[in-house]
Amino acid sequence: MNIWVYIDHFKGAPLLASWEALGLAKRLGNATAVLLGHPMEEAVQAAFEFGADAVLLADDPALADYRAEAFASTLSAAASAQTPDLLLFPTTSRGREIAAMTAADLNAGLLVDVTALEIAAGRVVATRPVYGGKALVRETCAVKPALVTLRGRAFPKPEQQIGRSGPVTRIEVRAEAQTTVEGYSTGEGVSLTDAGVIVSGGRGLTVFPGLDEKSAAARGFALLDELAAVLNGAVGASRAVVDAGHAPYAQQVGQTGKLVSPDLYIACGISGAIQHLAGMRTAKVIVAINTDAEAPIFQVARYGVVGDLYQIVPALTAALKKRLGRQ
Amino acid sequence: MKIVVCVKTTLPSEAQIRLEGGKLIFDNTPPVINPWDEYAVEAALQQKEAVGGTVTALSIGDESANVALKHALAMGADEAIRITDSALGALDTLATARLLAAAVQKLGGVDLVCFGRQAIDGDSGVTPAQTARLLGWPALTLASAVKIEGRRIRVERSIEEGRQIVSADLPAVLSVVKDFAEPRYPTFMGKRKADRAEIPVWSLAAPAPLVAWGEFAEPPRQTAQCEIITGASPEEIAEKLAEKILAEKIL
Repeated sequence: MNIWVYIDHFKGAPLLASWEALGLAKRLGNATAVLLGHPMEEAVQAAFEFGADAVLLADDPALADYRAEAFASTLSAAASAQTPDLLLFPTTSRGREIAAMTAADLNAGLLVDVTALEIAAGRVVATRPVYGGKALVRETCAVKPALVTLRGRAFPKPEQQIGRSGPVTRIEVRAEAQTTVEGYSTGEGVSLTDAGVIVSGGRGLTVFPGLDEKSAAARGFALLDELAAVLNGAVGASRAVVDAGHAPYAQQVGQTGKLVSPDLYIACGISGAIQHLAGMRTAKVIVAINTDAEAPIFQVARYGVVGDLYQIVPALTAALKKRLGRQ
Repeated sequence: MKIVVCVKTTLPSEAQIRLEGGKLIFDNTPPVINPWDEYAVEAALQQKEAVGGTVTALSIGDESANVALKHALAMGADEAIRITDSALGALDTLATARLLAAAVQKLGGVDLVCFGRQAIDGDSGVTPAQTARLLGWPALTLASAVKIEGRRIRVERSIEEGRQIVSADLPAVLSVVKDFAEPRYPTFMGKRKADRAEIPVWSLAAPAPLVAWGEFAEPPRQTAQCEIITGASPEEIAEKLAEKILAEKIL
């Protein structure tokens, strides 16, 4: 089976979920990494080191900024000429969009945010969460090629083999686009969807004796930042604190925020509304810290602490810092 | 300016779902407008208020689609049109996009099509980009801020790394994220207008879907009971919890 993997990147730096897609492609057949952008030398090298058998490359200054139309046109033209059986993408903002447009160009089947994938009788059969993760559905694609975007962290990341290389074939650049990129304002910190560890805060973070809600939240999030820093993790938030203006929307975890699957999710002062659980219940290990022993979050947590997060979180930061030998 | 907003009726996010023999059983929670689409209606109304024009709400489906359309009308949309698929089949995202693109073309003279970022049932989030592609219009997705000046639309896109600022000429397709603006509540007068509205139905032919939904399954759940860590002091609890976390070998 001839499988293409779109390597999503921001200004030449690939997102981790791209390598997870490449790992799946290797297990299913022959894996060709597709890289579009500029400059791409380092990303091409990394693609081989993460297992690509071959690389299709459009490295052109006209692709230096991501523009959906140009990226999709370049990919569609190559895919119509070379007819791969399956195209994989990470479910990132760009991966989702390029897959959507390319599927429209090729009149191909599109399966989005898939968490398991198999080939049965030559057809792609995928499993993916729907209804905010309350159910899984099996989807079948009747035509070739199938375009599939894979949920981040649902598939293992392959081992990197330093120095590995392979053949690079250049493909034609189709850079025409109606959209102009005027600039960026870049966020800081680890991206939530890529993070292996997420420390998340909820309404419990806004209650501290003697402080108003805003000051309590600022103090609480500072504690979460310190814990996340020790674990190389990212900081998330529940809808309640985002709606109250204590955290930016980019940090919101849940059905109307980010859907995340980290290895470790530490929920601090989060009661665990069904909409929040929909966004994080697939985490490998969930730790809940909450003053209310009846909070629903304890039903999905592996470890729980019934206690005051303002005391437990700094103590946990100190305990982990000591054991991990980090400053 | 002729503005279209595409909306969908869904179950509210608090609805409970059960599984029986691979089929989904929903509780009796009444359906609502897809929560993301409220932001799309808000975006459409704000553009109308800024530069003038009309807002037309579109939805595909049986009569239940009127729930979303009436909500859009109650918020302030000028008219609503329900689209049915004359083949009455299941739709995948591409078939949905083809129907919506056909309806936009049938309306004629449309300058801007607004979407929410995704629907909370299918959770695909690809229909805006596919509709744009089929129309041959630029897709300005995941917009958190929008400004129209003359025939130029400028959008801040919310991406993994922060914001990307893009611009394009109208007509264009927009998808809106939550930090665009809080959607307005329907007014009393708006609700009355929506209740009385006769919503026209357009029957359009959709192609056969390329992707089909099959059986449903329960999502994986944590099977182990939660282990409550206790101790005499926060420090003791934290020490025990740190040991447990490290023993999971996930760091």
